[in-house]
Amino acid sequence: MRVIVDLEKCCGAGQCVLLAPKVFDQRDDGIVILLDEHPPEAVREAACVCPGAAIKLEDLA
Amino acid sequence: MSTESSEQVLDYPLRAHAPLEPPEEWAKLRQGCPVAHVRLPSGDQAVLLTRYADVRQVLADPRFTRQLGQEGAAKLSEDGGSVFETEEAASLTEGHERWRRLLHKSFTAKRVSAMQPRIEAMADQLLDDMVRQGAPADLVAGLAFPLPVWVICELLGIPDIDRDKLAFWSNAMLNMTQFTREEMQQAQVEFAEYMTAHIAAKRAAPGEDLLSEMVAAVDEGHPLTERELMMIGQGILVAGHETTSNTIAKMMAMLLSERSRWEQLVADPSLVRTAVEEALRFDANAGFGLPRFITEEIEVSGQKLPGGTTVVCNMAAANRDEQAYERADTMDLTRSPNPHLTFGVGPHSCVGQALARTELQTTLNVLLRRLPTLALAVPTEELARREGLLIGGLERVPVRW
Repeated sequence: MRVIVDLEKCCGAGQCVLLAPKVFDQRDDGIVILLDEHPPEAVREAACVCPGAAIKLEDLA
Repeated sequence: MSTESSEQVLDYPLRAHAPLEPPEEWAKLRQGCPVAHVRLPSGDQAVLLTRYADVRQVLADPRFTRQLGQEGAAKLSEDGGSVFETEEAASLTEGHERWRRLLHKSFTAKRVSAMQPRIEAMADQLLDDMVRQGAPADLVAGLAFPLPVWVICELLGIPDIDRDKLAFWSNAMLNMTQFTREEMQQAQVEFAEYMTAHIAAKRAAPGEDLLSEMVAAVDEGHPLTERELMMIGQGILVAGHETTSNTIAKMMAMLLSERSRWEQLVADPSLVRTAVEEALRFDANAGFGLPRFITEEIEVSGQKLPGGTTVVCNMAAANRDEQAYERADTMDLTRSPNPHLTFGVGPHSCVGQALARTELQTTLNVLLRRLPTLALAVPTEELARREGLLIGGLERVPVRW
């Protein structure tokens, strides 16, 4: 799985960091930092509940 | 959708027949009239959206502006005194752009998680008092009302000794039923005087708190003005107190009103996180919703809305949309994922949502640990609704244990 974040859409809610702290972090202004582009853990919930719809997942075949 | 149903004008807000139940119209509107015409308390008309997809689309689209003060926008209330109606007030409730970026620093998930032990200690302290006074007790007065003010005081670096003053002012500024207009204005004046002195004190001797950070912050070369700092303090109180207090009260009422829900959590406290999200989704008494105003024609749900339309997004109705959720009318404490719209979506979604989540989760965890036998002390239908400024609530939640 590959994670893609859209910094323009990110609204800094921090849901992804609360749900998957090993994969996501936040800058001082709240905007997402992607720590792990190919995480072993499932981050589907973080992608689904992102209020900015800023997290996309690509399934790698 | 029939033309007839779209031409009916409903009085808004809609009323529910029971304290924790949604208005009966929600399901009908979602089904047959997703773009409904409503009459607001002011007498002005607006369009009401109740479907998940529509509410989500509108809140994320900047063409649906928050400028309710514009020529042609519907007035919400009779006296025009609603929090949404002035530019200043809109920025109060949702956070002006300029400060919003700065504020994020204090509300990141990590910063909020670091506050969690303090929040837990505060909840424990409040419960000590409540338990000492014995059952029955009012969970609103004992816990739900004070806890968020205590947290805000901590955030703003306000000493513990002044917490009760802040709580009183906040209540008087927000509670439309218990206080007169004069008392409301008096509270505003006293709060402003207090904050002016507090900001000056932080300027002289900065601490580790949000206000000290804001005093030191420089945004694009400009430090924040005294007035902006004041607005930040007031904005955090307005946006963070009533909303969180009411949500704690409603969450507990929902969980206790069906014994099996509470017992499920007592048996498995690891469900607290998803239970809180579900309480946020399931809350049928969430208040007015978010109003928006358009100046150009935009299509929603296949209907063209003309420029000059005021649109009310009812997130709570959208959260019960069967098209978005399986068993939408069932409170499922294990529901995941749960992309509810309660905090809004898009660039204006609630800046304090990580803090709100942490307060709700902490409250629930502490209550489960301390009072596993907790129960409502009155029948659910006797819970009295409170009409809030930003969000609906309950006047009291009497409990025993």
